[in-house]
This record gives sequence, C-alpha cells and structure tokens, in this order.
Amino acid sequence: MIAALILAAALQTGPTLPADKAARADRIAGELRCVVCQNQSVRDSDAPLAADMRALVAERVAKGESDDAVREHLVARYGEYVLLAPRHNARNAPLWWGPVLLLGVGGIVVWRLGRRGADVPFEEETGGD
Amino acid sequence: MTSSLGTLALLAALLLALLQAAGGLWGAHRDKPVLMRAAGSAAVLQAFFVASAFGLLVSAFLRSDFSLLNVWQNSHTAKPVLYKFAGAWGSHEGSLLLWLLMLSGLGAAVALAGRLPDALRARVVGVQGLVGVGFLAFTVLTSNPFRGVGPIVPTEGQDLNPLLQDPGLAFHPPFLYLGYVGMSVAFGFAVAALLEGRMDASWARWVRPWTLLAWSSLTLGIAMGAWWAYYELGWGGFWFWDPVENASLMPWLAATALLHCALVVEKRDALKAWTVFMAIMAFATSLLGTFLVRSGIVTSVHAFANDPNRGAVLLVLCGLYTGGAFLLFALRGGRLTSTGVFAGLSRESALVVNNILLSVLLFTVLLGTFWPTVIEVATGERITVGPPYFNAVGLPLLALIALALAAGTFLPWKRGRSGDLVRKARTPALAAMIAAAVWYGIEGGSLAALCALVVGLWILLFAVFDLARRVRTGEVPARESLRRLRGLPRGYWGGTLAHAGLGVAVLGMVGTAIWAEETRAVLAPGQSAEVAGYTLTLDRIYEAKGPNYLSEVSAFTLSKKGRTLRELYPERRWYPGAQQMTTEVAVGARGFSDVYLAVGEGRGENREARVVRAYHHPLVYLLWGGAVLMAAGGALSLSDPRYRAARVAVRRRPSAPALAPAE
Repeated sequence: MIAALILAAALQTGPTLPADKAARADRIAGELRCVVCQNQSVRDSDAPLAADMRALVAERVAKGESDDAVREHLVARYGEYVLLAPRHNARNAPLWWGPVLLLGVGGIVVWRLGRRGADVPFEEETGGD
Repeated sequence: MTSSLGTLALLAALLLALLQAAGGLWGAHRDKPVLMRAAGSAAVLQAFFVASAFGLLVSAFLRSDFSLLNVWQNSHTAKPVLYKFAGAWGSHEGSLLLWLLMLSGLGAAVALAGRLPDALRARVVGVQGLVGVGFLAFTVLTSNPFRGVGPIVPTEGQDLNPLLQDPGLAFHPPFLYLGYVGMSVAFGFAVAALLEGRMDASWARWVRPWTLLAWSSLTLGIAMGAWWAYYELGWGGFWFWDPVENASLMPWLAATALLHCALVVEKRDALKAWTVFMAIMAFATSLLGTFLVRSGIVTSVHAFANDPNRGAVLLVLCGLYTGGAFLLFALRGGRLTSTGVFAGLSRESALVVNNILLSVLLFTVLLGTFWPTVIEVATGERITVGPPYFNAVGLPLLALIALALAAGTFLPWKRGRSGDLVRKARTPALAAMIAAAVWYGIEGGSLAALCALVVGLWILLFAVFDLARRVRTGEVPARESLRRLRGLPRGYWGGTLAHAGLGVAVLGMVGTAIWAEETRAVLAPGQSAEVAGYTLTLDRIYEAKGPNYLSEVSAFTLSKKGRTLRELYPERRWYPGAQQMTTEVAVGARGFSDVYLAVGEGRGENREARVVRAYHHPLVYLLWGGAVLMAAGGALSLSDPRYRAARVAVRRRPSAPALAPAE
C-alpha cells in the first residue's frame, strides 16, 4: 500500500487508464517535446514538467478526446514548439513536399539518362566487379 | 610560456599555409616545379607546427597548467588522466585545434603520397593550404586555445563538463573530425579537376582511398556519438535527429554517394561532373557541421558554448569555401565531359538512382534541420522538426535505396536484361520477405517495423547471396568455392561487408527503437521490478568516491526465473568541480540485447526509495556491430592492393619513393 502510494506520487501519470487508452496516451506523449529537456520526448523524460504533461495527456485521453484534440490542447498551452511532428499545413508544405519534388526531378533525370543509352548493346557478363 | 609558444606555433603554421596555398595553386597554374615543391615542404612544415601546438596544449592539460584560460575552464587537477588528455579537445578552441591537426596532417600526407602527377598534387595541397589559412586565422584571431588567464594563475580549474568525461566521447571527436576533414582531400581533388578541366579513371582511383578513410572514420565517429548518447544521456535512445547529429549524418550521406558515383567514373568514364559536385558537397556539409556546432543558431545537447559572433565569422568562412567551389563548378563543370553511355537497366543506372536517393535523403536532413530556423526568422514562431518527420520521410527513401542496391548488385555494367535480374534477385528477395514476415509474426510491432525488417534483411541477404553467387556455391565443389572466396578482391569484400553492416544496423534499429520494453518504478532496497521477463532487485544503495566526483551507487541483481544472472551498478554522480550532476546507467548485455538501467532521484520520507527506469533493448548490439562492420568494410576496401597497382601503372614521372599513409 505504501509502495503503491509512493509509486503514484513519483510517476504522476494522472488517472489510471485502461490498456488501449494508456497506449494511445503513451504514443501521443512520445511525439511531444519535453520543452525543458534536451533531446527527449515527454514520454522519455524524468523532468517534473514532462510528468505534468504526461498527466495532462492522460487526463484528456481519459475524457475520450481525439489525438488531435489532445495535441491542440498542448499546443495552446506550450506553443507549436512541443510538436515533434511538424504540422501538415500550408506553411510547412515545403518541408513535407520538398523531398517528394526533388525525388520527382531525380526520376526524370534517370528516365532521360536511360533513354539516351537506349541503343547501348548488351555485353557478355564477365562476373567481375 | 606555453601561451606564447603555442600562439607562435599557430602563427608560423598560418604563414606556411599561405605559402602552401599560393605555391601549390600558382605553381601548378604556371607549371613552376620550384613553387610546387615549396608548397609540399610548406605542407609538411605546417603539419609539424600545428602538431607542436597541439602537443603543447595536451601537455598543458596533463600538467594542469591553469595559466591557460582554456585549461582552467576545462580541467581539474583531480580529473583522470584520460580526460585530461581528451579535455584538450573538449572545448570549442581545443577542438578547432584538433580539426586543424587533422587538416594539416592530411595536407602533409597528400604532399608525401607516392605517384601523383606533380601538378595535381600541388593543386590538392594548395586547396588544403587555402582551407588551412582560413581556419588557422579564425583560430588565432577569435578562438586561440593558448590565451592566458591573466596575471593571477588560479590553483584549481573548473573541470570539464562531466557529460564529456566518458571513454565514448573522449575518442568520438578524433574519429568524427578525421571524417569531416578527410573530405577536404576529395574536395581538393574536385577543385583540381575543375581547374585542370580534366578528370579520368585514375582521378577516381586516387580519390577513393582518401574518401574511404574519411568515410570509415566518420562511420565510427557517428556510431561512438550514438553509443555515448545511448548510455550517458540516460533515456535509452541513441539518435534524436538533433541538429548536431544531423550535421554529422549529412557529410556521411554525401560521402556514401561519392564513393558510389566515383566507381562509375573509374570503371565507365561517366558521371564526372556529378562526382565532382558530390565531392564538393561532402566537404561543404562537413564545414556546415563544423559551423553548426559552434553557431548558437540551433539548440543541441552536443553544441559547444555558443557565441553568435564567432558563429557569424565561421559562417562567412564556410560560405567562402563552399560558394567559391560551387562557383568554379558552375563555370568549369561543363568541361568535364563523359564518354561512357549506359542503358536504363544497368549497374550505372542503379548507381545513379542510389545517388539521387542519397541526395534526396541529404536534402531532407538539411531541410528538416534548418526549417525551424527558417520559420523562426520568417514568422518569429518556434516550431520543432523531430523524429516523426525524419522517420516518415527517411524510411521510404531507405526502402528505395534497398531496391536500388539490389539492382546494382545483380546488374552488369552498360546494359542488363530484366529477365536475368529477376532470376538472380528472386531468391534473396523472397527470402528477405519471408524471414521478415516470420520475425514480425513472432515479435510484432507497427507497420513501420515490418517495413524496416524487410529493408534490413533485404540489404543483408543481397550481400550474402551475391557472395554465394560469386563463389558459385552449390554449382562447384566446396573446395573450389573456398578457393574462389579467397580470390575475391578486397574491394569487393569491403563493399559486401559494408552493405551487410548497413542491413545488420537497420535490424538493430528496429529492435532498439520498436521492440524495446520499458518499466518505470519506485523501488526501496529489497524491492524489485520486472522488464521483458527479467527481474531487477534493488539490493542496497551506498556512497562511493571517484577521482573527481562523489557517487551514489545502487546495487541491483539481475535475474530471470529465479536464476541470478549478474549484478548491475547504476550511479548518480556529483562533480563538485563542475557543480554538475550526471546519471551513469548500467547496461547488462544478454546476447545481442541489453538490459538497461537508470536510477533517478530519491523518493519517500527518508529518501530511501529511488525512481528506476529499466529498458530491454533487443538487438542493440546489432546496431553497434553493424556500424563496426561498415567501417571495417571501408578499411578493407582501403587496403585493396588494386589501388596501389593502379598507381604504378599510371605513373608518368619518376618520383622518390615516399610514404603513402592512406593506403
């Protein structure tokens, strides 16, 4: 009993959740930045603030809010900085679509190179390198 | 005394670097052998003076000479000797000197390397001298490690950041910097090719050993950094896509691309301009890494004490070198004409696809690293680009790279037949998918885990199957296969080992990142917690005294099903010199897996209990082992005598036998 009390006080994970909701809360916490730590997500950090944020996430998940709603709540409180996954919005379009665009350009280059060598003859394979 | 001697040595090196740059570049331009030889001598002498300066700094650290500001700020008399030694490169100033030591050492090595045409050698040495001028001047003017502390010499130092007092981090910078600075040789060769307007197969053969040296060192350096993050930062992760981690990944990606496209130059006289571009890119991203750590524009756990003013000067310096080289490329790159043509389905095409994919990955890392800065400058808002972004974009690219790798392994040069490719690739492809499906069925995880498993097994199995095909396993008697195995060139072994290492490392990442299990508990002595079937019992907590720290050790017993396996001793250390606390995790290896234990602060009325976090990381040793395999593959390829033979064959002018350190 005492051990259990200590446990609850130490970890401050908010309300006890059923397994599926706990997994959801855990996943959401894993994609939030611990704003007072370096290189840690809210899930991985021991910092008191991260414990508070975990409790907050668990509380919202317990209320039955959607993942997005939980995230929005945290953004309202701590700023967009807490989102480790940048949003898919117009402002971040170059970030998300830039690599796809470059890949497309690369594809065109490969296609054109291949066409240039369309009449290259076959060579007996030497089995070399 | 040390202060003035060290500064003098750096000034002498600066003057020699000027001579090296001017003599090498002007001498080659005007075909003046005297000037070119002078540049070579200047390179060797420059290396001597920089090495002397470095020796002086190391000795000042070993002697705890607090008359130097840098030693006073980063050392302590009670610090263990290893960290006094490594403390010499533990700060911004000292690490710049290490960087310069690598640069001047490589410059001297190129100057002494056997059998390079004189003009080409002079140009490469000259370019390295030019890089040296900028960074020596920067060091002397803004970041002199030999600055004195003032008239009153303190009796005790402020100690090195305790997080850096760790064997993993003591040797991480030398490897990392040899990787960064090693790219300057390929950069020099690229600039020389642009200046000469000429580039042939021997160019690719000369560049290859230097690039391999840099690439292997960088691979080890990055792995050591990840290993350090894994057990020193105490949260069980090894990579967070932090800006500084990204900064080391970018030159690695560029160098990987360079190694592959230089092959096409060597064998098929194609992709010349692209190869030069990639060589410039590899050094440009290395410079970016050097800048990023010291700039203050990104927040990172790995950054040095940040100073925006010095960062601005460094940015200008990096911009000059990179911009200058790219300008030269824009003006002269067109002259590097290629003669080799190849069909769409050929090994060349597969290597082109490989290079495009690596470039897109490089671009993604660059974009993700600087996007928060762009947004902050444009809108004033702070956002984060974290692991979910890089994983989402990186994993599909890695899967495509695995496909290109399979095609490149089994396709012949010039033109291949799709039927042949399908016939050869069928077995390893099916084997990889079946093995991944079975493994996924046992261990489970997300869809990403399944994809990553396929990718890792695919890369590994293609390396293994290609090896089997070359020695004709099953077709000829086993003894004949063994003979063929021994006869395979080291370059081939190197490539195969490196590919297999990548596959193995990917499997390690899946285990460590996706199949990890975690338990958090508050334990008092006598209580235990469970993780992945293991029981961890806290036996006792006691205090211990280290050389320059006080430690609180928690003794745990690791057991499984009642059988005691071993003891684990995670610590919490207090460094009075640095006034800082660190957590030392305890790691118990079980096969390829780890039981990882970190102990946090005290809880309970009398602080008798501790917050404990225990992880089980399956396959984590595959991650480290894969990195070692990759580096070993690079080293093996480096030792291929073909590159020496090639040098003898293309030798035009007799030159004195000399050391060739990179072989």
